[in-house]
Amino acid sequence: MDDQQIKHIIEAALMAFDEPLAVQHLKQLFGEQPVSGADINRALEQLQKDYVGRGIELQQLSKGYRLQTRPSVQEWLDNLRQNKPRKLSRALLETLALVAYRQPITRGEIEDVRGVAVSSKIIHYLMDKEWIEEVGYRDAPGKPALLGTTDEFLNYFNLQSLQDLPALAEIKDFESFEQSLDFNEQTE
Amino acid sequence: MSESELNRQATQSEMPFALVEGQPFTEMPTDLYIPPDALEVILEAFEGPLDLLLYLIKRQNLDILNIPIFSITRQYVEYIELMHQLNFELAAEYLVMAAMLAEIKSRMLLPRPVMDEDEEADPRAELIRRLQEYERFKQAAEDLDTLPRQTRDFLPVLIHSETGIAQEQIETVDIRELVLAFQAVMARAELKTSHAVSREVLSVKDRMASVMRRLQSGQTTRFDELFTPEEGKQGALVSFLAILELLKAHVLELVQNQAFGPIYLNLAAE
Repeated sequence: MDDQQIKHIIEAALMAFDEPLAVQHLKQLFGEQPVSGADINRALEQLQKDYVGRGIELQQLSKGYRLQTRPSVQEWLDNLRQNKPRKLSRALLETLALVAYRQPITRGEIEDVRGVAVSSKIIHYLMDKEWIEEVGYRDAPGKPALLGTTDEFLNYFNLQSLQDLPALAEIKDFESFEQSLDFNEQTE
Repeated sequence: MSESELNRQATQSEMPFALVEGQPFTEMPTDLYIPPDALEVILEAFEGPLDLLLYLIKRQNLDILNIPIFSITRQYVEYIELMHQLNFELAAEYLVMAAMLAEIKSRMLLPRPVMDEDEEADPRAELIRRLQEYERFKQAAEDLDTLPRQTRDFLPVLIHSETGIAQEQIETVDIRELVLAFQAVMARAELKTSHAVSREVLSVKDRMASVMRRLQSGQTTRFDELFTPEEGKQGALVSFLAILELLKAHVLELVQNQAFGPIYLNLAAE
């Protein structure tokens, strides 16, 4: 099977299945045919080049590949769209950020950092979207569930891995600052 | 402490807005005073007491690390009282924070025993730690919001079809096979030892979570794919311990297609 043919089959498969396809899936496409992982990677690379300068692009994800529209054309697509996607609330984003950066994390630990109770609605929404899931239980009284993000989260936020998340701000060292703190602040 | 510093502190608490970071302020910043009817809207905008406190501190351009606890406490309590007057039902957390501020304030008023100087921490330390931690994640949430995301910033390209992907069938496996497979992993890790430069802290607990995550999608993963040879022996051991812990808890299942074939892991059926 020549490179061109392999590329065509992969391209069609990426469009025909409504989930990202892993290299293992792409191999499965070719059944008994002698198509190697290297052949598939070459085809993917070629596809990526083919889409340069087009309205769609080939995006590599944590587990697989996806054809998607380019973010730069989204505002035009929006004009034709009936329902604009809902904005995510700050409470939801903060909760999701804590799960993403601090996983595995319990609900109690999320509440500790945010200083407010985490609403069940938010957790349900995040689980419903399959962005977070229970990855186990902490060995502590009450066996609280440990939450972690999913591959679907990475896919949805266009990330290849958790390492691609924006870096978390550094904590200023309180210990070194403490000496300069003034203990005798005046009263009013 | 130098005299000028003392002066600054004194002025700041007597006339809170007179000096901010050394800059004289003759007028009160208007954004600290919120018309009562706007309060409800504004309160909705706060994600809890830490967020409100952070707002009060930032409005004054003050450093989190050096909160003027007296003026901040006063502002915070004024805020809470105003909300009470408006019969606004407050989340209990806001009151807990008011109590915490009052406690810090009273502890700062007490003279510090000279002998305990080394042991006694600044009463503000815990609050500062929490504010900083909250601020980091507030920022992280904003960063997360800017990432291109599906539906809002891009759409997957697909031709509508209801095709599912076929899964291959596999059978169960003996734990001894697992130990043999682990030996192979260790042997491979051995080869990489000369490249190990930095020391990484590895915890079995974290590893358990990451193994679970890898398997959560319902996919079957090959045993040796769960190891990263670059982590060396230590990393391989942590991964192996994590897998054993998960097997013990019956969260994972071992499978093998044929005798002495590769071992696969997947999530145990509920």
